Amino acid sequence: MRPVAVVGMGKTAFGAFPDRDLRSLAVEAGEKCLKNAHAALSQIDAFFLGNFAGPSFTGQNHLAPYISTALGLRDIPATRIEAACASSGSAFFHAYNGVAGGVYDAVLVVGAEKMTSQSTPKVTEILAGAGDCAGEVKAGSTFASLFAMIACRHMYQFGTTRQHLAAVAVKNHANGALNPDAQMRKMITMEQAMAGKPIADPLNLYDCSLISDGAAAVLLAPAERAGEFTDKPVRVLGIAQASDFVALDQKPDITTFPAVRRASEKAYGMAGIGPADVQLAELHDCFTIAEIIAMEDLGFVGRGEGGPYTLEGHTARSGERPVNTSGGLKSKGHPVGATGVAQICDLVLQMRCEAGGRQVPRHSLGLAQNLGGSGASCVVTILGTV
Amino acid sequence: MSEETGTIYTETVVHSAAEAFAKDAPYQIAIVTLDSGGRVTGRILGERVSIEDRVARVETREGVPFFRKVM
Repeated sequence: MRPVAVVGMGKTAFGAFPDRDLRSLAVEAGEKCLKNAHAALSQIDAFFLGNFAGPSFTGQNHLAPYISTALGLRDIPATRIEAACASSGSAFFHAYNGVAGGVYDAVLVVGAEKMTSQSTPKVTEILAGAGDCAGEVKAGSTFASLFAMIACRHMYQFGTTRQHLAAVAVKNHANGALNPDAQMRKMITMEQAMAGKPIADPLNLYDCSLISDGAAAVLLAPAERAGEFTDKPVRVLGIAQASDFVALDQKPDITTFPAVRRASEKAYGMAGIGPADVQLAELHDCFTIAEIIAMEDLGFVGRGEGGPYTLEGHTARSGERPVNTSGGLKSKGHPVGATGVAQICDLVLQMRCEAGGRQVPRHSLGLAQNLGGSGASCVVTILGTV
Repeated sequence: MSEETGTIYTETVVHSAAEAFAKDAPYQIAIVTLDSGGRVTGRILGERVSIEDRVARVETREGVPFFRKVM
């Protein structure tokens, strides 16, 4: 396997864009990325699309060539990858393997989702399709309710509180307020975060990520050729994907995600680092409890310590280990299929010192964690400029 | 169907439901650890339940178990 670098990135703003369709969002991100990498279409060897539910949200199937040809790409393999909310993390992982293994040189990875053309109950139903439709979904589970049951158990086992959950939302909104591409660019108070409209107890509106449209793209190339595209390459030091049961009730302990543990152990091993070395992270805060558990499963803190660690401010921009300086899924937005690649883009911005008001001082080693469903898929990526 | 009993492993009251269940909201769902082994996700009828509460299956609708709290 040869070393691989991210040599370009591009993304759309995240939000509700009634006049934009899935393809135009994906094309905008892809074109921005190619321009950012000074790459010609003729240099691209393969196209991977991360998209969760384009066919359900928009009715359009066969999305990868639909988008790659609109970008002007011809003849090359164009493949869509679906892994629920980890779709584009997984697309990135497969693109990485293609470059590292020497099959391809330059590979364009786009993540995209168009969600806001459907009503909230319909979106809730489509998202629930990432759960077990023969069991939990038939019983009336939504994704918020699955994570609510996870939060309920985490509170019972470890004493995690509503205040801990709210601290995640307040922190991520404070970051998103500084992100020009974020969907919800406003600060919120602890009082607001504690008193949101109930969604699935104990989670309220401020514990839930947003329904969003958006796309993000990155270009991968062999590290030895990175100079042809950029003077600010970011190396992929470690990456792994892991899987687990789709149904929450099949997991022996729902307060931890084995797929996150497994993927991070492999990624740390590949990068030759440990959790203590990670300077900043983009974590999959689809719900506030998910960020807390991610920090525990990644080894940033011990089990049950994620809530207090957040409340004490250690994951704020000024803290010892900033988490979700982009605003996270909570404030930046969560166009499901775009999220994994968007996390990579946000780390790259920090590592290139291009994160504007969100820039943190220690940014040479970062981690992205992209989760699918209630933990059935996870991709962990470690990036570095060291 | 013979009565099945178990213990609440976790639960939530759903306020914002998927389209097909919107008319039922708010409703409570739970993961129940069955005395016979294994876990199942079901709906709760009647009184709200908490972790460690004992429940019994009172009916099954289209494959979904419905439980009720027992003392």
